[in-house]
Amino acid sequence: MQIFTKAFWLQLSSPKVFYPVAGKLAPWFAIAAAILFVIGLYVGFFVAPPDYQQKDSYRIMFIHVPLAWMAMFVYIVMCGYAAIGLIWKTRLSTMMASALAPTGAMLTFLGLWTGALWGKPTWGAYWVWDARLTSFLILLFLYMGYMALENAIDDPQRASRASALLGLVGIVNIPIIYFSVKWWNTLHQGMSVSTSGISMEPSMKIAMFTLAFAVWFYTIAIALTRVRSIILERERHAAWVVDLAKAGGR
Amino acid sequence: MWNSASDFFAMGGYAFYVWGSYGVVFLFFAMEIALVIRRKRTILQRIARIARMNRE
Repeated sequence: MQIFTKAFWLQLSSPKVFYPVAGKLAPWFAIAAAILFVIGLYVGFFVAPPDYQQKDSYRIMFIHVPLAWMAMFVYIVMCGYAAIGLIWKTRLSTMMASALAPTGAMLTFLGLWTGALWGKPTWGAYWVWDARLTSFLILLFLYMGYMALENAIDDPQRASRASALLGLVGIVNIPIIYFSVKWWNTLHQGMSVSTSGISMEPSMKIAMFTLAFAVWFYTIAIALTRVRSIILERERHAAWVVDLAKAGGR
Repeated sequence: MWNSASDFFAMGGYAFYVWGSYGVVFLFFAMEIALVIRRKRTILQRIARIARMNRE
């Protein structure tokens, strides 16, 4: 089988080879995300019962928690690609890191937004300077700093090196966010999913995990589509890109 | 669980917070989808235009 050979996987790190592969994969992830969104929203709004304390306001959790998880996860994946690009100078890895950054920043913003709208009815305030919220706001600034630094430097190689370093230094913020509710006495509630004991109704868990996978697949579909534009932009002088554009692009 | 459509949309009095969350999330997703599709179309058109100019 072709997929079991090392050469097959090495080939994929070439932007020219990866461009059509990303184009073929993206629609499947988009379809999977759409189906999971429909199932997750159905379970979240029509199967899961109201919370005995928070009534229907707690339904924000089904999207808030997946957004927050994915915002942190995407940051780690982005830094992984940036690190690979930094060490082995593979162009496609740095392109993947750039493709993930805007979506990661958007997920972080939406995590803060849904958190604020959940905080108001639950705590009586949209925002408090609590350890969890503050460290999550720093995550947004890290994403924005990463993108700003990359755009500020003209030479693409130097730009990706500088932004990769910033990203990697910022990775210390991820455990701080994750453990903030344990380390400090915060207003933010503890972990919804804990290894000790079950704190949630099964339907609530199903809604939350289904939407988490939906957001994950959405991110993959978007990143694969965005990386194709980045490949075209950075390889615009390559003959295959010019031929593709002249043929009307696909 | 819900007695009527208006009961559902009222979200037990939390309509502003619940729909304000989900509404903005899906609005942003829709905007991002439109932006990534447009970005690819724009860059392909630009490369094709430069290629035509170079030939002339």
